[in-house]
Amino acid sequence: MTRTPRRKAYGVKSAPYAFLVPATVLFLLFFALPIGYAVHLSFRRTEVEGLGLGKGAREEIWAGLSNYTDALTDPELLHGALRILGYGAIVVPVMLGLALLFALLLDTDGLRLRGFNRLAIFLPYAIPGVIAALMWGFLYLPDVSPFLYLLDATGLPQPDLLDGGPLYLSLANIAVWGGTGFNMIVIYTSLRAIPAEIFEAARLDGCSQLQIALRIKIPMVAPSLILTFFFSIIATLQVFSEPTTLKPLTNSLSTTWSPLMKVYQDAFVNNDIHAAAAQAVVIAVATLALSFGFLKAANSRTKQGDSR
Amino acid sequence: MSTQPLAVPGRRRFPLLPTAALLLGALYCLLPVAWVLVASTKSGSELFSTFTFLPGSGFTDNVSDLTEYRDGVYWKWMANSAFYAGVGALLSTAVSAVSGYALAVYRFRGKETVFNILLAGVLMPPVILAVPQYLLLAEVDMTDSYLSVLLPLILSPYGVYLARIYAAAAVPADVIEAGRMDGGGEWRIFRTIALPMMLPGLVTVFLFQFVAVWNNFLLPYIMLGDDEKFPVTLGLYTLLQQGSNTPALYTLVITGALLAIIPLIALFLAIQRFWSLDLLSGAVKS
Repeated sequence: MTRTPRRKAYGVKSAPYAFLVPATVLFLLFFALPIGYAVHLSFRRTEVEGLGLGKGAREEIWAGLSNYTDALTDPELLHGALRILGYGAIVVPVMLGLALLFALLLDTDGLRLRGFNRLAIFLPYAIPGVIAALMWGFLYLPDVSPFLYLLDATGLPQPDLLDGGPLYLSLANIAVWGGTGFNMIVIYTSLRAIPAEIFEAARLDGCSQLQIALRIKIPMVAPSLILTFFFSIIATLQVFSEPTTLKPLTNSLSTTWSPLMKVYQDAFVNNDIHAAAAQAVVIAVATLALSFGFLKAANSRTKQGDSR
Repeated sequence: MSTQPLAVPGRRRFPLLPTAALLLGALYCLLPVAWVLVASTKSGSELFSTFTFLPGSGFTDNVSDLTEYRDGVYWKWMANSAFYAGVGALLSTAVSAVSGYALAVYRFRGKETVFNILLAGVLMPPVILAVPQYLLLAEVDMTDSYLSVLLPLILSPYGVYLARIYAAAAVPADVIEAGRMDGGGEWRIFRTIALPMMLPGLVTVFLFQFVAVWNNFLLPYIMLGDDEKFPVTLGLYTLLQQGSNTPALYTLVITGALLAIIPLIALFLAIQRFWSLDLLSGAVKS
């Protein structure tokens, strides 16, 4: 595959391969090999003889597709997937809607405090998910929460923010809080790249700020909206640290709340790496299918729209 | 960054509504940070008894309690986080730079394949990688080590992707051609001509990676058992877990959270003007 470059200017042919050596080695060791190993494990299972004690009492045997049928018929995995879909259905639209709104507002002419607001809304991006979950977790906790304190003071009923339906909203809120600013910056950056002449023409035609936003700005930042949407979906499917962090504060978050948590649980707590591997492969395939499907759909849409 | 000069002298009226809406957003984003700032000043008893946003009297006690907790293990966690994020981001940026440059500048067989594999890498759920990575590293007796957290994060598909965009945008082809005319080897052209041109973009890659590693939880959670090697995210998580049995630890967790985000926020404020995200938005056209 790779050859070392000859010490001559004629090394142009082999140079790119040489440049890609570190990435290739790391890829093989930390991506290809683990994925291959996970697939391998997913087709095997451990056979226990007798009490499973001593040497030779446990051996790995070929399991065919049995781990996969188990994974696909596992009610807990399905419930986890449904929980994540419900959570994602809240997070993605709210987060991107807010990000787009704030980006458009930041782009208003003559705005005061632009720099401060931009920075303040972007700030949560720098805060680790675990710490964000921890801070919000305390803000949800009945004895500490200022929201519940205020509700209590006004005599209104206090919802349990860490149980049932509100729990979804509480978890979604952590993700929205953490992700809005970053997406806002991406959208705002592409708003700033729109040539000023376009707005000039629109203003001469008597468009209001709102019309300009709806008819010119939003269509022109469509590519960055697609990009943010794409990354938001992936991030949402992979949520792990926030629910894991909130777990000590509530009894309604199971150790298998999200599919990834279930994989972790099966691999390290139940010591069933074969089941965990099969589930991980299923999740990965589902993620890839979703992502590429979305990209394909988005690409064909923008191609139609690019007939300018 | 300052506000842009108005392209068109439109209505100069001060737009009250947008400013107010943005301020609300800023308030929402700063709320937990403000809370943790106040809460870290409360002693254990004040935490559960006084109004949330009323400062307490125990900040210095809290910090010294945290420092004394298990012989200063908290500061060890902070140092570990700085090490993982600093060294990891540096190595990651270096690998991204050479790989991105190769993908941007050369035409070679297999280029598309490399790129598609990278894209798939971005989409891989971390757990599908982390679990077998753990098992494989366990085979060579390398789990529960600094390297087990550092090595898997060096190759960042996203970093390579960004570096490729920056290289394509910042390094003109004729400059490279001119370098070849002068008889420079490919490596020398990269090091002396292309790298300085890519530097602003690479700062962004470094920042992305730094934040990504600093915020990473899953990998150390899976790899590490010895809490002397924990990053601060994992350390605080274990503290919180114990806190459900001993609420006295909650003040330590809150103070620890505050001290953990201060350096990150400071870093963020100091170098946020170096973020060049403008290329990100154009990155979707592939």
